[in-house]
Amino acid sequence: MAEIRNYTLNFGPQHPAAHGVLRLVLELDGEVIQRADPHIGLLHRATEKLAEHKTWIQSLPYMDRLDYVSMMCNEHAYCLAIEKLIGVDVPERAQYIRVMFDEITRVLNHLLWLGAHAIDIGAMTVFLYCFREREDLMDCYEAVSGARMHAAYYRPGGVYRDLPDAMPQYLPSPYRNEKKVRELNENRQGSLLDFIEDFTRRFPKYIDEYETLLTDNRIWKQRTVGIGVVTPERALALGFTGAMLRGSGVEWDLRKKQPYEVYDRMDFDIPVGVNGDCYDRYLVRIEEMRQSNRIIRQCVDWLRANPGPVITANHKVAPPSRVDMKSNMEELIHHFKLFTEGMHVPPGEAYAAIEHPKGEFGIYAVSDGANKPYRLKIRAPGYPHLAALSEMSKGHMLADVVAIIGTQDIVFGEIDR
Amino acid sequence: MELVQAFENYLVSGLGAPWGAYAFTVIKTLVLILCIVLPLLGCVAYLTLWERKFIGWIQIRIGPNRVGPLGLFQPIADGLKALVKELIVPSGSNKFLFVIAPMLALAPALAAWAVIPFSPEVVLADVNAGILYLLAMTSMGVYGVIIAGWASNSKYAFLGAMRSAAQIVAYEIAMGFALVCVLMVSHSLNLSDIVNGQGKGMFADQGLNFLSWNWLPLLPMVVVYFISGVAETNRAPFDVVEGESEIVAGHMVEYSGMGFATFFLAEYANMILISTLTAIMFFGGWASPLGFAPFTLVPPFLWLFVKMVFVVTLFLWLRASFPRYRYDQIMRLGWKVFIPITIVWLVLIGAWMQTPWNIWK
Repeated sequence: MAEIRNYTLNFGPQHPAAHGVLRLVLELDGEVIQRADPHIGLLHRATEKLAEHKTWIQSLPYMDRLDYVSMMCNEHAYCLAIEKLIGVDVPERAQYIRVMFDEITRVLNHLLWLGAHAIDIGAMTVFLYCFREREDLMDCYEAVSGARMHAAYYRPGGVYRDLPDAMPQYLPSPYRNEKKVRELNENRQGSLLDFIEDFTRRFPKYIDEYETLLTDNRIWKQRTVGIGVVTPERALALGFTGAMLRGSGVEWDLRKKQPYEVYDRMDFDIPVGVNGDCYDRYLVRIEEMRQSNRIIRQCVDWLRANPGPVITANHKVAPPSRVDMKSNMEELIHHFKLFTEGMHVPPGEAYAAIEHPKGEFGIYAVSDGANKPYRLKIRAPGYPHLAALSEMSKGHMLADVVAIIGTQDIVFGEIDR
Repeated sequence: MELVQAFENYLVSGLGAPWGAYAFTVIKTLVLILCIVLPLLGCVAYLTLWERKFIGWIQIRIGPNRVGPLGLFQPIADGLKALVKELIVPSGSNKFLFVIAPMLALAPALAAWAVIPFSPEVVLADVNAGILYLLAMTSMGVYGVIIAGWASNSKYAFLGAMRSAAQIVAYEIAMGFALVCVLMVSHSLNLSDIVNGQGKGMFADQGLNFLSWNWLPLLPMVVVYFISGVAETNRAPFDVVEGESEIVAGHMVEYSGMGFATFFLAEYANMILISTLTAIMFFGGWASPLGFAPFTLVPPFLWLFVKMVFVVTLFLWLRASFPRYRYDQIMRLGWKVFIPITIVWLVLIGAWMQTPWNIWK
């Protein structure tokens, strides 16, 4: 009898389900996975090293480009680390704005995850539905920062500027007549907060729509139930965080366990799974979107009632206002120093972590007192998740690997850094 | 008609009696084939547009709307694009098989149309073993896929070919048994007879033709046949052979330009074929649903077309709604669910036909 050899398949980096540039070397027995060997580094941009050569503030936009589907959350961890080192106070309004945009970002991320996960498993309509809602949230990003994705909105000491009073409007075009434009602009008449509130009112219905297509769908269940099971013990041992950990039934969420900003004042629940399979992680993330929606609602209510400053008055960290700079010698010097030399961070080290949509996203910064970090280490949640891919997919079929990559919610910007 | 007669006379007088008649038959058949294949390819082209539009509406998109009014020239632009693109033949491939594989996929999909009755008496080949011919032709289509997967010398293509072989064999059987039920109740393998057979019965006498059609007594078979048809044509949710997100495009992964487009032509021609067959076998073919005016005034061909479009749209609707099965789940559904169901129903129908309540006399 001829010798039976396993089949080695190169999966990616150019593959529709590679979520960017994942390269997997799969060892197959027929279609059953024996070993999955992830190769990373194809999107390596040396963010950590670049940060050592830029002032603290100049590295901030790089954070957007780490996990490029949850931009503001990355900035948040970075700002928290700097604030921890400097010991600067963040105004309460800025904290609420950050929490609100963190949750908007969580919804953005989970919508992309849901769409990509569904399209990986073959349900393509969900993808388009998710993008409809993402579009609205992207508009929120744009209204507040001017950029749809790479916002660079959070700053050490607060946020760049206050929420705008008007939303950008659609304009008529050859493909979109006046009537259509009026419909599109209907919920954009008020301020950004009005728009967000309107969104939170619509959003639960949209989630129901996705769930109609997937949650009780027999094919969806056949493809996700019992796939990529991780026990709670293994999940902890493998360094899982976020929905990957909660899907296995471990109740761990930094927003509850180590509250930062104003999360301790928010009323929300942490969903946890039971079986630790793809289906449970799917349910956990769907529920997280509903909970995020609740948090956004609470933030909107608070922000409406409480105007105030959105960035610290410490002008060694945040630039002074334009008016003060023109009339006041002291402020002019602050402005000049900040924009030429950048802020000085006292020597020391700090680790700040937030509950990123994908898990625990942490920034470990070492400062030697200069105007740039001595060392910056990024703890990307996707990295340990990807490392567990082989364990999760062993014994499953080729199509399940795709489902597992989907459920891990991998983004290569943060893994390769 | 006179012109045709004159042409026959001209050939017979020019070439002598037997040869002239043969030449006339060949030319006449070729012309008739063109009359079927050209509109069919047109249908295929516009089915791609309809698919993109229809799925676009489901997915709150617009769909193609730039090329021509409402995007109507889009299929033509797509065809031109595919034609002028380079045909890349991978260096490690078996060149001969690589080139003929798309043709092997397309040819049976077109050849099957020879026995399809479009209207009463309008059929290219009114053969008595029509169903057998169809089953043979649709099974042939898998060779194109397997040979393409083999000849590409690519692991992804090979996996696609393996999946396709297993899948088509499994669903061929279920499909075959479903059709056996139809031919049992019709007492014929001839497609025109099958259509005519559905026009008789208790309800048809009252003008309610659509209740006499095979779909009602053979309801489980309709479902099995349609789902098997979806699997047979490798359409979502059974598209593991292409498996966009798993094995990228399966057997087509190494093809470019017209080679790739030919597989698509075959796929869509098969879709139209399966839809037309569903209409013929279970939904009364060209017959009108109600046996009185104004329904009877509509040309029979149009009824067949409407039914075909309806079934094809179901294909598209499925594609937009469902996640993809996994390969082993498809096998399980085929072997453990559909084949037992069809066998049981076959026995049931057989028993029913022996009782005094037999409705197909």
